[in-house]
Amino acid sequence: MKKIEAIIRKSKFETVKDALANINVKFFTAQDVKGYGLQKGEKMVYRGSSYGTEYIDRIQMDIYTSDEKCGDIVSTILKAGATGEIGDGKITVLPIENIYRIRNAEENEMAI
Amino acid sequence: MDTNLFTTNNLWILIATVLVFIMHLGFATLEAGLVQRKNAINILFKNVMIVSIGLVSYYIIGFSLMYPGESWNGLIGFAQFGLALPEGDSIGYADGSYTYWTDFIFQGMFAATCCTIVSGAVAERMKLESFLVISLLFVSISYPITGMWKWGGGWLDEMGFYDFAGSTLVHSVGGWGALAAIILLGPRLGKYSKNGINPIPGHNIPLAAVGVFLLWFGWFGFNGGSVLSADPDAVSLVFVTTSLAAAAGAIGSFFTAHALFKSHDLTMVLNGILGGLVGITAGADLMSPMESILIGLIAGIIIPFSVVFFDKMKLDDPVGATSVHLVCGIWGTLAVGIFGSMAGLSQLMTQLIGIVSIGVFTFIFVFAVVYIVKATMGIRVSVEEETQGLDMAEHDMPAYHDLAPRSEDLAVK
Repeated sequence: MKKIEAIIRKSKFETVKDALANINVKFFTAQDVKGYGLQKGEKMVYRGSSYGTEYIDRIQMDIYTSDEKCGDIVSTILKAGATGEIGDGKITVLPIENIYRIRNAEENEMAI
Repeated sequence: MDTNLFTTNNLWILIATVLVFIMHLGFATLEAGLVQRKNAINILFKNVMIVSIGLVSYYIIGFSLMYPGESWNGLIGFAQFGLALPEGDSIGYADGSYTYWTDFIFQGMFAATCCTIVSGAVAERMKLESFLVISLLFVSISYPITGMWKWGGGWLDEMGFYDFAGSTLVHSVGGWGALAAIILLGPRLGKYSKNGINPIPGHNIPLAAVGVFLLWFGWFGFNGGSVLSADPDAVSLVFVTTSLAAAAGAIGSFFTAHALFKSHDLTMVLNGILGGLVGITAGADLMSPMESILIGLIAGIIIPFSVVFFDKMKLDDPVGATSVHLVCGIWGTLAVGIFGSMAGLSQLMTQLIGIVSIGVFTFIFVFAVVYIVKATMGIRVSVEEETQGLDMAEHDMPAYHDLAPRSEDLAVK
């Protein structure tokens, strides 16, 4: 079992979500995250002074999957989430020890 | 005197009073929109209290100081505490233009607007109670005294100084008060650093836009009511000049801000509208439509330069009150000597004398009051309170509960 954490562009969220639905990913969580890096955020002007936001807005998706389906999901996100420009984000894959479904205490593969 | 005409006149001034009242909602929403989320309750609290303190104190001494009937050398006079209905028919009070009660409530609504101007400039860092003490003295003593000099038949009126609805008497007076206060108060934390100016953007620009439309709406009463009767020609002309100046202010500010900053900054255009309105206020009944457009346009062009200038001087004014009310108030008062039916060099000099004398008095009065309050009560919140936000620090209440800590967190004592 794997946990896939994908940090993607906000503008690519809908595309990635639909692509994942097409390969039958039934559940994931998503949250707004802020990245900090060499690339500054949007340039803004307020009352005559311009400034950049320090942070870059991105969305992080957390997906739980079986080992065999993991490669499919990663390649789907790589394809659907890319623009080719700097700042497309990252995907990390982590091993999982156990998963439990709270409703009925199902374990592991059953609980994904 | 025709009683029907009296009724019509009086009713128009009452409608104008209601319109000026709505300007307080305009100021409140504009200022709330241009401050950070964590200070929204605080700025609204100040706006609410100023209208209330302004009206009651204007009843107790302000109205009598501003319209004393008789004065000492046209400098200061005082009739009585509170209101005293003059004897005789009410139709005779102002030649059938309005009643005594109407006179008070219209002027009282004006007085409170003057004080509201200060609240925006000192936003996000001034102690609530100190601010209210300063406001009370400002609105009940300083504003009525300088107001009397012109509208109460004082020395500036005798000299021929002209200020139709208060470019100087209301707006630049409020602006001088704001300037004196922010000099002693200092900028918000982090606004000016070694790296230059760090903008502190307002949290709700749409709300600020609502405020400016409300102010424009209310200005029909502010200027239109200052005709002090329902004279059809005068009121209609004032509506035309007022609106054209506001529109030209937006256009002037739009092009200037874009040339300077290469962006379409909505807050600058909003300030431009207000600058145009403040600019036309001194001569709204004297100007042709074309002249009102020129006055508004120049006011709009001044605004972005003025905002940048005050920032360069490190005078932090979150809402641009000094640029709008002080700078454009001075411009509008001078414009009476440049454009319109009273234009002329001697009039220009008289206008200048009025601007300087009222400016010096107001600035010194407010500076002294703020200085004394600073030395006794203190005027500035602590660094911790400013960082936390005045809503939680002074009111224990966030403006937006769904963005606040959860109730479980708050319940822990």
